[in-house]
Amino acid sequence: MSLDAPLRSCRDTPVLKERGQREVFCGLTGIVWLHRKMQDAFFLVVGSRTCAHLLQAAAGVMIFAEPRFGTAILEEKDLAGLADANAELDREVARLLSRRPDIRQLFLVGSCPSEVIKLDLARAAERLNAAHAPHVRVLNFSGSGIETTFTEGEDACLEAMVPALPGTTAPGLMVVGALPDVVEDQMLALLSAIGVPNVTCLPARRSQDLPAVGPETRVALVQPFLGATHAALVKRGAKAVPAPFPFGAEGTTLWLHAVAAAFGIPRDRVEAVIAAPRARAERALSTVSETLRGKRIFFFPDSQLEIPLARFLARECGMVPVEVGTPYLHRELMAPELDLLPEGPTLSEGQDVERQLDRVRAVRPDLTVCGLGLANPLEAEGLATKWAIELVFTPVHFYEQAADLAGLFARPLRRRALLGEAAE
Amino acid sequence: MKLTLWTYEGPPHVGAMRIATAMKGLHYVLHAPQGDTYADLLFTMIERRNHRPPVTYTTFQARDLGADTANLFKDAARDAFARFQPQAMIVGASCTAELIQDDPGGLAEALALPVPVIPLDLPSYSRKENFGADETFFQIVKALARPVARTDAVTCNLLGPTALGFRHRDDVTELSRLLAAMGIAVNVCAPLDATPADITRLGAAHFNVLMYPETAETAARHLEKVLGQPFTKTVPIGTGATRDFLDEVATITGLPVPPETGLRQPWYAASVDSTYLTGKRVFIFGDGTHAIAAARIAAREIGFEVVGLGCYNREQARPLRAAAKAHGVEALITDDYLEVEAEIARLQPELILGTQMERHIAKRLGIPCAVISAPVHVQDFPARYSPQMGFEGANVIFDTWVHPLVMGLEEHLLTMFREDFEFHDAAGPSHHGGKAQLRAGAPVDAAEASGGDISAKMKGEATDGAEVIWLAEAERELKKIPFFVRGKARRNTEKFAADKGVTAISIDTLYEAKAHYAR
Repeated sequence: MSLDAPLRSCRDTPVLKERGQREVFCGLTGIVWLHRKMQDAFFLVVGSRTCAHLLQAAAGVMIFAEPRFGTAILEEKDLAGLADANAELDREVARLLSRRPDIRQLFLVGSCPSEVIKLDLARAAERLNAAHAPHVRVLNFSGSGIETTFTEGEDACLEAMVPALPGTTAPGLMVVGALPDVVEDQMLALLSAIGVPNVTCLPARRSQDLPAVGPETRVALVQPFLGATHAALVKRGAKAVPAPFPFGAEGTTLWLHAVAAAFGIPRDRVEAVIAAPRARAERALSTVSETLRGKRIFFFPDSQLEIPLARFLARECGMVPVEVGTPYLHRELMAPELDLLPEGPTLSEGQDVERQLDRVRAVRPDLTVCGLGLANPLEAEGLATKWAIELVFTPVHFYEQAADLAGLFARPLRRRALLGEAAE
Repeated sequence: MKLTLWTYEGPPHVGAMRIATAMKGLHYVLHAPQGDTYADLLFTMIERRNHRPPVTYTTFQARDLGADTANLFKDAARDAFARFQPQAMIVGASCTAELIQDDPGGLAEALALPVPVIPLDLPSYSRKENFGADETFFQIVKALARPVARTDAVTCNLLGPTALGFRHRDDVTELSRLLAAMGIAVNVCAPLDATPADITRLGAAHFNVLMYPETAETAARHLEKVLGQPFTKTVPIGTGATRDFLDEVATITGLPVPPETGLRQPWYAASVDSTYLTGKRVFIFGDGTHAIAAARIAAREIGFEVVGLGCYNREQARPLRAAAKAHGVEALITDDYLEVEAEIARLQPELILGTQMERHIAKRLGIPCAVISAPVHVQDFPARYSPQMGFEGANVIFDTWVHPLVMGLEEHLLTMFREDFEFHDAAGPSHHGGKAQLRAGAPVDAAEASGGDISAKMKGEATDGAEVIWLAEAERELKKIPFFVRGKARRNTEKFAADKGVTAISIDTLYEAKAHYAR
């Protein structure tokens, strides 16, 4: 496997920009994984029954415990007078916090209806902060579909946390993006062995452990959809570490090298630390990628993970991307990825789902990555699919998960082969 | 403003989607922001539908607000018509679009499309999913159904089955068979599998079977009024209700009730193995129709004691209150999940008959549960035939409700061995998959009494010569792996270590093994 850029990359590939019906989740969906990561936080959506229903559908497999998220459902009388709506909100929050003393951090989450009626949740957060500090910190962000697409909800949430971060002048690394704890621990172990100083994570697992930010802070993203958070941290003086994202053995290696370089740590030290895990990731990948080699893959836009994943699948698993759709293409953050992605696929941004379905039917790829609303209908048309949502709910980052990530794409193909005639 | 953690019903436009998705040749243009397309997955995943719901979403964004959302709607409606060529369209707004007041009905009318376009007015901030379904079906029927000549033979329409309905697909088959045995053919079943053209010939039927008042009562009343079609008032869920339903049909049509076939439920309830069911305390919650039917079956056909009865749809509050009174309990009419949970915890029933939501409450409280009503889950769409209505439905219900309970003979044995460490009260039925908990202060060591734990013995033998140990850091790492795959990870790693002759498992060994077994 080569870490060199391909002869011709997607850097200058023109992007097909589309506008039409979008078959994607709104940013509220991020709450489903964010509330698992921040275990002393509560996410209170101020919205409609639709918002509550969406969260329930997206979190459908979870246990119906009393969850750490909920929806304050707007009713007709709230629409009539905003003063009353604010009073109602204060009352619901007070009731919630008295019932849940374990909550230390409350996010008021804006929705389409709350944005349209211009309910000012920033002011509400200020007001509630004054009432409930210091026990509870109240922040706000918008997960509305009119402003955010799926994973942009996490971006909006983390961006909202940036102003509250303490300052520092000490050098250190802030890793940004919610990772499952087991993956985060693997990453921290690697960074510590390499000798990266003062490594912190945003979001932190507990609300008291806020990472500090300052002019000597380097910021490395582990998720590609965090453009606004990234910009907010840079604005507070932090310096960016441009790198491909840590998917696959190659992505992880390049990411770690970029981080180490930012702290002037020599390459051979990094190489010594990563030799074993990298070799084992490559070995595991070589088995899994047998199923994937030469297969054509088509991405519907979903999480903004599409370009890094296409790069991983093309370079490490031998797949052939035919279309890579993304809801939003962040040119700057995606530049290192586009430099690596071999020329060939159509790059599309935004969505007109009907026209994209026409294209997928025309090219009939071996595997289509799409949302849950499209998967069974496409399977019924004879196209193998991979649910995009699994890519954000499953541990997929860094060396030890590289083969798992490839396995997510291999499983639908292996399954189809196993079922053979019965599926016809 | 009301804090809601989980909801029994979606917003009213999801009810409209249940109608549109059930029908063929109808298209729904929904003025809605990005994200509302989540509703598609309810149909394609939960119900495993192999087609997308026939819904076009306008997908407006913040930058469109105040600019051209109206044109966005017109373009979407025009494109949807050109692409899908439906026989009729329904148009409406989701909760957010309701606020921007673009008037989808008026905009669509201005397009002058060559098919009927039916505007829907579904108030998102005061009503819910069942209302949306009922109102949508009513508007379609009102717009399309016209007086036509009755069929020569006696026919009926089946009204109410929708997409995402609880066993609607199989109920239609069961009722069609039951009616066929009386010599009654189905003229139109709607909305499930009906086209707009089918709706225009509803009037050919002699009467209507109102299967689900939740989704079709307004339409049935409308057809009674304008086309003079009587409709059945009994919902045939349970043996007694099915008999009442057949009597009602006989009265409407003058046809004789045919002999019963295939009904096993009354004998199963009478057989001695069912004796243990006597007086079991049962809590019932669901949509009004299914909850009321379940209470009658529980009390009169299985011999349970109804200790609680409620529904989440206030449209059915009146009949539910009457039923609760008849069973001597207080009606619980609420859509607040926590309130239902508190009531169940207070009543401590021995069986819960509820929705998927109560199934989760039951799991947490350790109470057996069977699902009787929407809201649905992928489990509620079984591959096999399993109606709720008619005589086969009565059989299915008996099996479904009894399954979560300990079987009679097994319960008898449990009583005999009450003091045995393996069969004490808290051990629970063996077929539930849970492991019996050893009682505190049990006099005998469990492993010894049963002849020792076999796997432990084998492990002991295998590791006698070459003991494989876990280093503390590897053990800690193992604990981070989700519990449901941890056992497999431990076994694989130990086997890998043994094969390689490794005696101490480190984090590296753990991940070497993970990589080795990667597939």
